Amino acid sequence: MLGFEAKAVPPSDDKRWKIVQGTMRRHGHDPSALIEVLHTVQESFGFLTDEALKFVSESMTIPYSKVYGVATFYHFFTMKPPGEHTCVVCTGTACYIKGAPALLKSVHDAVGIAPGETTANGKVSLLTARCLGACGLAPAVVYDGEAGGKVTPEGIRERVMEWSVQKAQEVGA
Amino acid sequence: MIYEELTALAEEKREEQKQFKHNIHVCTAASCLSSNADKVKTALESEVKARGLEQCCKVKGVGCMGLCAAGPLVSVPEQEKMFQTVTPVDAAAIVDSAVEDRPVPEAIFLDSKIPFFSGQKKIVLENCGTADPEKIEDYVAAGGYEALFTALTSMKPSQVVEQVTKSGLRGRGGAGFPTGLKWSTVAKAPGSSGKYVICNADEGDPGAFMDRSVLESDPHRILEGMAIAGYAVGASRGYIYCRAEYPLAVKRLKIAIRHAEMLGVLGNDIGDTKFSFRIEVRLGAGAFVCGEETALISSIEGKRGMPRPRPPYPAQYGLWGAPTLINNVETFANIAPIIRNGGAWFAGIGTEKSKGTKVFALAGRVANTGLIEVPMGMSLREIIFTLGGGIPDGRKFKAVQTGGPSGGCVPEQYLDMAVDYESLASVGSIMGSGGMIVMDETSCMVDVAKYFMDFCMSESCGKCIPCRTGTVQMFEILKKITDGTAEQADLAMLERISEVVKFTSLCGLGQTAPNPVFSTLRYFRDEYLNHIAQRRCAAGVCSIGKAVGVGA
Repeated sequence: MLGFEAKAVPPSDDKRWKIVQGTMRRHGHDPSALIEVLHTVQESFGFLTDEALKFVSESMTIPYSKVYGVATFYHFFTMKPPGEHTCVVCTGTACYIKGAPALLKSVHDAVGIAPGETTANGKVSLLTARCLGACGLAPAVVYDGEAGGKVTPEGIRERVMEWSVQKAQEVGA
Repeated sequence: MIYEELTALAEEKREEQKQFKHNIHVCTAASCLSSNADKVKTALESEVKARGLEQCCKVKGVGCMGLCAAGPLVSVPEQEKMFQTVTPVDAAAIVDSAVEDRPVPEAIFLDSKIPFFSGQKKIVLENCGTADPEKIEDYVAAGGYEALFTALTSMKPSQVVEQVTKSGLRGRGGAGFPTGLKWSTVAKAPGSSGKYVICNADEGDPGAFMDRSVLESDPHRILEGMAIAGYAVGASRGYIYCRAEYPLAVKRLKIAIRHAEMLGVLGNDIGDTKFSFRIEVRLGAGAFVCGEETALISSIEGKRGMPRPRPPYPAQYGLWGAPTLINNVETFANIAPIIRNGGAWFAGIGTEKSKGTKVFALAGRVANTGLIEVPMGMSLREIIFTLGGGIPDGRKFKAVQTGGPSGGCVPEQYLDMAVDYESLASVGSIMGSGGMIVMDETSCMVDVAKYFMDFCMSESCGKCIPCRTGTVQMFEILKKITDGTAEQADLAMLERISEVVKFTSLCGLGQTAPNPVFSTLRYFRDEYLNHIAQRRCAAGVCSIGKAVGVGA
C-alpha cells in the first residue's frame, strides 16, 4: 500500500485530474486549500465522487474522514451526478415572496422532481439556491448556468418540458 | 510606483477620458448581465464603429447603477440621460440620443431625476455606474489608491486607526461593532508570527446583494481598504472570503488583484515604503454560518465552517492563531474615503450613534427594486415610498423585513422611524447587512417566520444542541401552525423554545435564529391566532387558507 511519502496516483487517465493536481500544486498541497481543491474537482467533473475525495485525501495528506466531512458540510458541494440540464431556482427571501414556491411546484407537476432530484432519464436536475443576489429580478432561475429573471410558473414549465422532450425525440430516433 | 507617479497616472487617465466628447455607459453587474447587457454593449460598440465615431464616443461597461428591476441600464452621463430595459435593437436610438441629442424613445426612457437616484448619498457606491470594474486605470483616475499612498507616506499606523475611530464607522456586516476599536485591538495585539486582514464577502443573507454589487462594480475599493487596514494593524497578508455563488465578483476580484500587483499598489514595498501587502481570494462553499467570524476563519483554514466560543476573539487569536482583523465588504469600502476626507468629515454624516451612509438592497413588493445608498437616519417611509416608489399593483404595505434570518419584520407603525443600528434594534429587528424585503398583504407572516426557520434549521452547523435541535422543533411547530393542525399549547411551546435557543446557542446564528419568530409574534400575533383558532390564513398563502378560500 501507499507509504507516507508515496505520491498519490490519479484514479484514471482522465485529463481532468491534471487540472485538480494543478490546483493542489499551486497551493503547495497545503491542507488549508482543501475547499479550493474541492471546488476544482466539482468544476471539472460536475460533482464529487468518492474516488476523487480519496485521491485528494492522499495527495494532500488530509485524513479521508476530514475530506469527507468538509465535502458534506458545505451546501455548494454535491456528491450526486447532475442531470444533463440543471435548473436552479433561487429561494432567497425576495424570490420566495415573489413566488419561488410556485416555480418549484410547477417543475414538480411537469416532470415529477423535487429540489435535489434528477429525472429518471437523467435529463433534468432541479436545485435550489439560498440567494443568487439577483433580487431585482425576483423570482430568479438559473437555467444551465444562465440566469433568467421574473420567471413565471408557465415559463419554467415550458423550459423543463423542452429538455424532457429532447429525450423523447432521441429515444424515438 | 511612488505617490507622484500615481497622481501623474491619474491625471493622464483623466485627460484620456476627456478626449471622448460622448460617453455611453452600460451596466455590466450581474443583474443587468443576466438580462443581456453584454449583448447591448456589443450592439452599441458596433453602432459607434459603423458610424465612425470611435474617436469621440466611448462605450464603456460600468458597475451597478442601482435600479436592477429596470435593467439592462444604459446612461449618458454628460447629458444626465438614462435608458431602461434596453435591448440590442435600441443601440441606434441610444447613439442618436447621445451624439445628436435626439429625444429618447419613450419605451426605454428612464428619468434620472427621480428620487430613487436624487435621494441617495453615495460614498461606498461613488464609482458604481461610472467606472469600469475591470480596469484599474478607471479607479486610479477617480482618485483611487491615493488614500493608501497618503496613509503610507504621511501617516503613522496609529494615526490611521485614529481617523477610523474618529469617523465613528461601525461594522457594516450587521452587528455594528465600532470599527476603530476593532482596528486598535488588532494593532495592539502582539503578532510575532504575523497578523491577517480578512474581508468577509460571504454575503449569506437571502435577499441581500449589497456586497455582491460593490465587489462587481468597484473591486479596487475593497483592496485599497484592506491594504490601509493592513498598514494600520501591522498585517502583510489579506484574504477575501467570497461566496462561490458570486462567480462574477470572484472573477473581477481576481482581475483587480492581478492589476494592482502589476501596478505596484499591492505586493512588496508598496509606494517605495517598507510596507508589503498581498491579498488572496478564498471561495466559500455555501454555508451561512461562515458569516460568523470564527466559522469563517475555520473555513479559510480549509475545515468545516464551525464556530468556536469567544473569547478569545479573532483580534487576539484568529487565523492560524494569529491576531486577525475581520471586516465586512462595505466596511472596507468606506475606508479610503475616510482617509481621503478625514474622520471628522465622515462623522458629520448620519445620526448621533450611526455615522455615514448605509447601502440597502431593496427587494420584494416594492416598485423600484435595487440598490440604494442613503445617509443613516433616513426614515423607512422615505426609503420604501419615496426612493423605492412604494408598493406596486395598488396593494398595501404590511411589513419590511430587515437583517435577513437574524432580523425581524418591522410593521407599518414604525415607518417614520429614522433608520440606524439602535432604532432597528429597539423595534425587534437589526440593521443586518442591509437587505430590505418589503411585504404587502399577500405575504403571510407565519409563513415568513417558517421560511426563515427552515433556513436556519438547514444552515445550523450542528455543533451546539440548542441551535441544532431547537431550530428543528421551532420549524415543526411553525409547520403545524401553517398546516392548520396546531393548538394553543403549541404557541406557548414555540415561545419557550425560542427563548432557550436565543439564550443558550453558541454563536450568532442560533442566538438570533428566533428573531423572525419574536418579531412576527410581537406585531402579527393575530395572524398566528387566526391560523390556530380559526384555521384560517388571511393572506391565502398557507394550505389551510386555500381550503377555506374554496369553501367561502
